[in-house]
Amino acid sequence: MPVAATTLERPRVTPPSDDKRWRIVEATMRRHGYQPHALIETLHTVQETFGYIDEDAMRFVAQALRVPLSQVYGVVTFYHFFTLKPQGEHICVVCLGTACYIKGAPQILETIERAYGIKPGETTKDGKLSLLAARCLGACGLAPVAVFDGQVVGKLTPEDALKQIRRWEEDDGR
Amino acid sequence: MTVDELQQLALKEQEAKQRYRCRINVCVATGCIMCGSERVKEAIEEAVKARGLEKEVLVQGVGCLGLCSAGPMIYVEPDGIIYHKVTPEDAPAIVQGLVSTPVERLICPSDLPFFKRQLKIVMENSGTIDPERIEDYIAVGGYQALIKALTEMSPSEVIEEVTKSGLRGRGGAGYPTGLKWSTVAKANGTRKFVICNADEGDPGAYMDRTILESDPHRVLEGMAIAAYAVGAQQGFIYVRAEYPLAIKRLRTAIRQAERLNLLGNNILGTTFSFTVEIRVGAGAFVCGEETALMASIEGKRGTPRPRPPYPAEYGLWGYPTLINNVETFANIPPIIRNGGEWFAKIGTEKSKGTKVFALAGRVINTGLIEVPMGITLREIVFDIGGGIPEGKRFKAVQTGGPSGGCIPEQFLDLPVDYESLTRVGSIMGSGGMIVMDETSCMVDVAKFFVEFCMSESCGKCVPCRVGTAHLYELLRRITAEEGTMGDLALLEELCDLVKNTSLCGLGQTAPNPVLSTLRYFRHEYEAHILDKTCPAGVCSIRRAEEVPA
Repeated sequence: MPVAATTLERPRVTPPSDDKRWRIVEATMRRHGYQPHALIETLHTVQETFGYIDEDAMRFVAQALRVPLSQVYGVVTFYHFFTLKPQGEHICVVCLGTACYIKGAPQILETIERAYGIKPGETTKDGKLSLLAARCLGACGLAPVAVFDGQVVGKLTPEDALKQIRRWEEDDGR
Repeated sequence: MTVDELQQLALKEQEAKQRYRCRINVCVATGCIMCGSERVKEAIEEAVKARGLEKEVLVQGVGCLGLCSAGPMIYVEPDGIIYHKVTPEDAPAIVQGLVSTPVERLICPSDLPFFKRQLKIVMENSGTIDPERIEDYIAVGGYQALIKALTEMSPSEVIEEVTKSGLRGRGGAGYPTGLKWSTVAKANGTRKFVICNADEGDPGAYMDRTILESDPHRVLEGMAIAAYAVGAQQGFIYVRAEYPLAIKRLRTAIRQAERLNLLGNNILGTTFSFTVEIRVGAGAFVCGEETALMASIEGKRGTPRPRPPYPAEYGLWGYPTLINNVETFANIPPIIRNGGEWFAKIGTEKSKGTKVFALAGRVINTGLIEVPMGITLREIVFDIGGGIPEGKRFKAVQTGGPSGGCIPEQFLDLPVDYESLTRVGSIMGSGGMIVMDETSCMVDVAKFFVEFCMSESCGKCVPCRVGTAHLYELLRRITAEEGTMGDLALLEELCDLVKNTSLCGLGQTAPNPVLSTLRYFRHEYEAHILDKTCPAGVCSIRRAEEVPA
């Protein structure tokens, strides 16, 4: 592993804002000795903490880890897991793995697409719902599967999926 | 901790377990958690408490019991009763069942071929030990193989044992593990690394995740033995971000192993030191390719590079690196414990041991199975899997994910081993096995996999980046009534090109699903092109039955 650049000569890079959440990001970088190879780990922390990775965040991470901004942007856009845009209030991830695919996942996706006018990767205009498609959630025994705000539901039908989303709308309407 | 202290800890744990009259093991792997097994576990704990049986009955969370479609699953020891589809409301009855007769309506017969036909080596502890307690693993002989390797064997003896076992890489390609280890051991380098590839990207495969969730210490032990054998001091486990539970259990396991000095400096008082770090992937299928995976660990875009030089000589940060799959490492402790000859007795001539498969799709019993190599596909699909639901007709079984192929009915009696599967145009792959019946359109399936490879292509080499896009377009045309017979010829030519000229495994194997379906289901392609029908009624063109006779 490359030797860490000595922290002595390193001027402290100030976070883009005084948002306290940047401390969490800094903690990750510190844990890895501000080494360039901590880039992906750091971006994970940014996304976990803020929900997405914007330009300010990329500039900050690039400076702190001494990685070219172009490389940070390259990495963020290469990996599907990272997103440059904020996600909707609620997130529905439909698994499109092989088992889910042959057991009817495309119909589930289509039903949601039609009902809410969004495609995978998009968010409704009111910022309420994001629709995502996953490659495989590894729950093939229970296919088809979708994740509603972190809660995994198996053996799903298109109707169940819509019901789940409507429940969010009702809960928020109250 | 010294070797003696570890032995004492094992004895103490075994005694502690013996004190309970019975144990209720609730599966807490992802599949069962999705079905609500955590609530079931709480309810059973409450029911046990309500009857004042806390001293007699141990309720513990365990790893995967296999039959994921019938979750949540519970395994009662020592009675050997398996309950399935348990709800929290069933808890009092199950606890009552410990003193009177078991709850008949929830019993899953344990003499089902699903359980009887399996042979568990990698998954031997799955379903009986708590994956979040290192003591449980130690009590069943865990870390004994590491002790044996460190105190009784030289690194070259360890490699010799692994070579003797005939173990081959479980990631899919089947490279002999012993040979890989000896190459890394011989390589010159001031440092060496051991990497565990847990970037299980094949859609339809979840063996590695389940192993990590059910028995994480087994993988750590395998890695430590490998590090001792090849002379590495540092290890990485590269896990997909999609597997949060596996990551959590791995972190716990690493912390526990460090606390007991089973990882860290001067392990068990010897001169051997080894640390393990986790690297979380970020959703890129190509990172399962070893050179792309290493780029990702280095914090870069996960693009592969040409080989040679192989990672064994020029790997992570340029140092010799050993990369093995999760299941490969999980096989190491039993091989060292029982000897390579014991392992070599299982399986076929060229494919030794067992293989874990994720059986899914159109089959009655979906779940995780471990079978000896050489078992036939028919036994897997019809005996273990229970056949096709709703009286439908079997059409094909897909192995190897996007790199594999579809195996038709005529090869159902084929023994499952690396060579046989390759001969019929598929691959062993990491272990995803998707059963398809007459409701699946094979052209659509081929399109599905090509679409996958197209969007997962990293874009570095032209044949893969452009070739997969054109393959997809040809398949789209065929499934949308626009195809011609000329397209079919073009498809075959392009497959050949992409296969032979792509940089890494992703592109080189991307045409396999197309080639294998063309080979065995050409009539379906022709039906789409000539008759403009989709025999299975999947594609958006007219269904077969709608066409007037």
